[in-house]
Amino acid sequence: MFGIETLSGNAQAAALVGLVLIEAAILYLGYGALERLTGSYVVGLLRGK
Amino acid sequence: MMELLGVSVALLAMFAGFGLLIGILFGFFGMGGSFLVTPALLVMGYEPNVAVGSGLAFVFGTSVIATLKHRDLGQVDYKLGVSMIIGTTLGIEVGKLGLEYLQHIGLADSVVSVAYVALLGGIGVFVTREALRGGDGGLSHDVEDADGDDHDIPDLAKRIQSYRIPPMISLRGGITVSLWMVLIVAFFTGLLSGFLGVGGGFIRMPALFYAIGVPVPVAVGTDLFEIVFSGGIGSFLYAQSGAVDLSIVAPLLAGSALGARMGAAATSLVDEDGIKIYFGVMLLLGAIAVAIRQIGNFLGIDVLNVVSLVVIVGAALLVAGAVVVSSVRELRTEAEPEPVPSTSD
Repeated sequence: MFGIETLSGNAQAAALVGLVLIEAAILYLGYGALERLTGSYVVGLLRGK
Repeated sequence: MMELLGVSVALLAMFAGFGLLIGILFGFFGMGGSFLVTPALLVMGYEPNVAVGSGLAFVFGTSVIATLKHRDLGQVDYKLGVSMIIGTTLGIEVGKLGLEYLQHIGLADSVVSVAYVALLGGIGVFVTREALRGGDGGLSHDVEDADGDDHDIPDLAKRIQSYRIPPMISLRGGITVSLWMVLIVAFFTGLLSGFLGVGGGFIRMPALFYAIGVPVPVAVGTDLFEIVFSGGIGSFLYAQSGAVDLSIVAPLLAGSALGARMGAAATSLVDEDGIKIYFGVMLLLGAIAVAIRQIGNFLGIDVLNVVSLVVIVGAALLVAGAVVVSSVRELRTEAEPEPVPSTSD
């Protein structure tokens, strides 16, 4: 997946951990932006407003 | 059936849903990742090394996200975290030596299983008992509670804080404690972690609160910070032998990132009195689930593995549900207008 199969041993392991780290960072920023955009609307909905 | 990354969309959605559930627990309690994911993957038929390696990579990713969130809320004590990493690493090495000795004399499996069930169950009973007693000494999510109010610091932590062996370090929550005490507590949590072969969040988080006396939000945030390192190193070691499957980790992480955000936000909303009982009960059910699995393995009854998984996922669902429902209820209570005093004519 993502061409990392061509790497070997430690390089592949480091690439895998790096991919997980990148995904985590993207998700953190992405969900953060989503929260800023829709957070108050969702909280309002939950409060029954 | 539709496929993405060589995996069916239904399976990816199931992993994302499961990730959401785990993320809520992880964000709220700072624990609950590896002991849920790995058994689930094993029951689904994945090889043990893939189940453990992918579980670790998932815990690594989730802890990165949850730590960033807790950092935003000012709930990570880096000084404490680094001290804990040093003590824990030493403890893990000694724990591993103990485990290797037990393996050498052929007692590792049975001793570790019994110790794991006893520890998980013991912490579960302790937390539940403290919660039922109510008030002092229980897990509290309110940082301010621990500032300058001696009653909210557990007795063990007060005793440990009273040993003023230099160098002393100041921690978040207005606590001053000897560095040596932190290292000793970290060493023992690492010892258990290395001996039992688990991440150790369920040991460290209560230890930070009950033994060192840091407020629960800081205990959770700092514990997560430490898991970033242990999870990162663990997943790298498993990835070296190709035991990390991205088609499992990626959707789990996508779900858990959302859940962790919800869980972390809930820590500032939820009245913890009810929740900590669920937390204790979840640990107790976790202990029961592990015991069922061990009995199943010992007697060769495969169906007990499934029963074990149902118990543990059911417990997680119950607690995550309680966190969400309590948060929504709290939001609605906040939104209710103040009652207008009735006036008589």
